[in-house]
Amino acid sequence: MSALEIQKVRKDFGNERVLKDVSLAIESGEFLILVGPSGCGKSTLMNAIAGLEPVTAGEIRIADRDVTWLTPAERDIAMVFQSYALYPSMTVRQNISFGLEMRKVPRAEREAAVERVADLLQITALLDRKPAQLSGGQRQRVAMGRALAREPAVYLFDEPLSNLDAKLRVDMRTEIKKLHLRLGTTIVYVTHDQIEAMTLADRIAVMRDGHILQLGTPDEVYNDPVDIFVAGFMGSPSMNFIATTLEGQAGDYRLRIVTEGEDALVLPWPASRETPALAEQVGRSVILGLRPEHFSEEDSRLSGMDEGTPLSARVSVVEPTGADILLNMPLGDAEVTARVGPKCRVAPGERLSLRVDMGRAVLFDSETQKRLA
Amino acid sequence: MDNVIRRRTLGARLARLALYAALLLAALFYLLPLAVMLITSVKPLDEISAGSLLALPQSPTLVPWAKAWGEACTGMRCEGVGGYFWNSFAIVIPAVAISTVVGALNGYALTKWRFRGSELLFGLMLFGCFIPFQVVLLPMAQTLGWLGLSSSRAGLVLVHVIFGIAFTTLFFRNFYVAVPTELVSAAKLDGAGFFRIFWRILLPVSAPIIVVSVIWQFTQIWNDFLFGVAFSAHDTQPVTVALNNLVNTSTGVREYNVDMAAAMIAALPTLVVYVLAGKYFVRGLTAGSVKG
Ligand SMILES: Nc1ncnc2c1ncn2[C@@H]1O[C@H](COP(=O)(O)OP(=O)(O)OP(=O)(O)O)[C@@H](O)[C@H]1O
Ligand SMILES: [Mg+2]
Repeated sequence: MSALEIQKVRKDFGNERVLKDVSLAIESGEFLILVGPSGCGKSTLMNAIAGLEPVTAGEIRIADRDVTWLTPAERDIAMVFQSYALYPSMTVRQNISFGLEMRKVPRAEREAAVERVADLLQITALLDRKPAQLSGGQRQRVAMGRALAREPAVYLFDEPLSNLDAKLRVDMRTEIKKLHLRLGTTIVYVTHDQIEAMTLADRIAVMRDGHILQLGTPDEVYNDPVDIFVAGFMGSPSMNFIATTLEGQAGDYRLRIVTEGEDALVLPWPASRETPALAEQVGRSVILGLRPEHFSEEDSRLSGMDEGTPLSARVSVVEPTGADILLNMPLGDAEVTARVGPKCRVAPGERLSLRVDMGRAVLFDSETQKRLA
Repeated sequence: MDNVIRRRTLGARLARLALYAALLLAALFYLLPLAVMLITSVKPLDEISAGSLLALPQSPTLVPWAKAWGEACTGMRCEGVGGYFWNSFAIVIPAVAISTVVGALNGYALTKWRFRGSELLFGLMLFGCFIPFQVVLLPMAQTLGWLGLSSSRAGLVLVHVIFGIAFTTLFFRNFYVAVPTELVSAAKLDGAGFFRIFWRILLPVSAPIIVVSVIWQFTQIWNDFLFGVAFSAHDTQPVTVALNNLVNTSTGVREYNVDMAAAMIAALPTLVVYVLAGKYFVRGLTAGSVKG
């Protein structure tokens, strides 16, 4: 049964169409993450689901009930806002129980719910404080507590962690994951943070300009992106896009990369990853997508990909991050970033022999930007 | 002590001294009329005609105050301004309360429940702040007549409420604009409705702007003369009108001390309000947004 189903939802603000026929369905207990650049309509979609803004067209169903024209209160939804939106004049306890009070839950039950939630989020000691007396992380917990006190069909989180510092964000991320595993709640969650998206989601929806470009598991979205935008949006540092020319024929496709001041480089495209679409592209320019981790050092035994395609390049920038080293080097018409082990000893200007794992590379049409193979 | 580190040269200190002297002088200048009124109001008549304006009273007396309150003639009657003083309260209190409540609801609706044309409506209401009173005197008299409220306190209350709403709406709208809309969204999701959200979420954070609205309305309505003189009868006149009548009633010697005492009585409530709540007034006007 779908906990939440959105069918062809459209939203116009004046003449501007912000949501363009968005459709998606979420199973009960699923954790869906919405990602996309600023202004693509994520918050608008959340507000539409919550009933805070009427949609222009389309249908929204929650727990198999048409809620398109129901008020927010009637929808059985709880939402955590980026700004937390705690009621400033109420104590934490009152904040958490307000929703229950409005729904005429008896006092004893309300108190039990507050205890349960406070226990779960470890905010029992804060119950009698006002929001102004809490730190950012504590406010965030209270905001979650307010949502968890009721047990609605769907939880909406609009960038709940973006106001926290990096360390706290990681802690809360883990905690949200644990909560989800423990409570089995259905969650729609908006974030800008790649890692949040990859670690929390059962499925990720990548949005752009009011469309959902791709809806899939984190693995699908990361390794099998439908187009250049999705490929570039997910992952940090992001995927390298290299202009190449496709040569050869079915069974023996090759990619020719011309780098200024170097010999042309020819990379064979693995036969196992051929698609019929490639045939029309022979002789034309296609875009090769390689993630930084698709590169490895020539003699690295750790990476376990000895059969990668060898490649040599002049390193222009070396950026150690601690856990590994990011190398920049010119390849084709662009600078590419490669991620190598922390032990790699290379100085800017030196040549380095690398291997690239073509088995995980992706190809895009240079005009439509769509995935070719 | 203020939190500033200053130069401590002789020149700097002298400049500072000059600055304070100038400020003190300006303050005295502004206080002078009040001081003259106060001094005159407790002087017997013969001292006034004999001495200078600023001379302190030789034998201070409260007789002029008592007379102003209870016996002085305001036109045909000689009952002092006391009764009119209470009249003013009977007009001001409901008018302030109603216009503040309506302004708060307007501001809330205009910011948190926007509807098509709400900005235009607000613009039109703002216009109400700039309408000269004289323009509406005749139509208002006509309207009060139709409503059967001519010359009544209720009629004056209505007039003041209507005029006050433009200002109170402006105050509350500008205050509520800064309150995060997400608070209201959260409350909607929690199941609260229009009035519940107002009562439980917004009103508890509105104290600063309520103070502003009450002080503003109180002084405006208390000090009003034009509406008071135009729309009241003998027994419903506010104290400002009575004061004018008292001063203009000429029977024999002019009793400056009684005039001054009556003026002090008429001005006292607004003075008290400023002294007691003035700092909240400034605080409310400069209050920042509410953090959720
Ligand atoms: N009330 C509104 N009136 C007019 N346009 C609006 C309104 N709300 C949002 N928009 C427009 O809709 C588009 C999508 O906004 P939305 O807030 O959904 O973006 P978002 O994906 O949540 O961005 P962010 O990641 O920055 O939060 C933006 O171009 C915005 O300007
Ligand atoms: Mg947003």
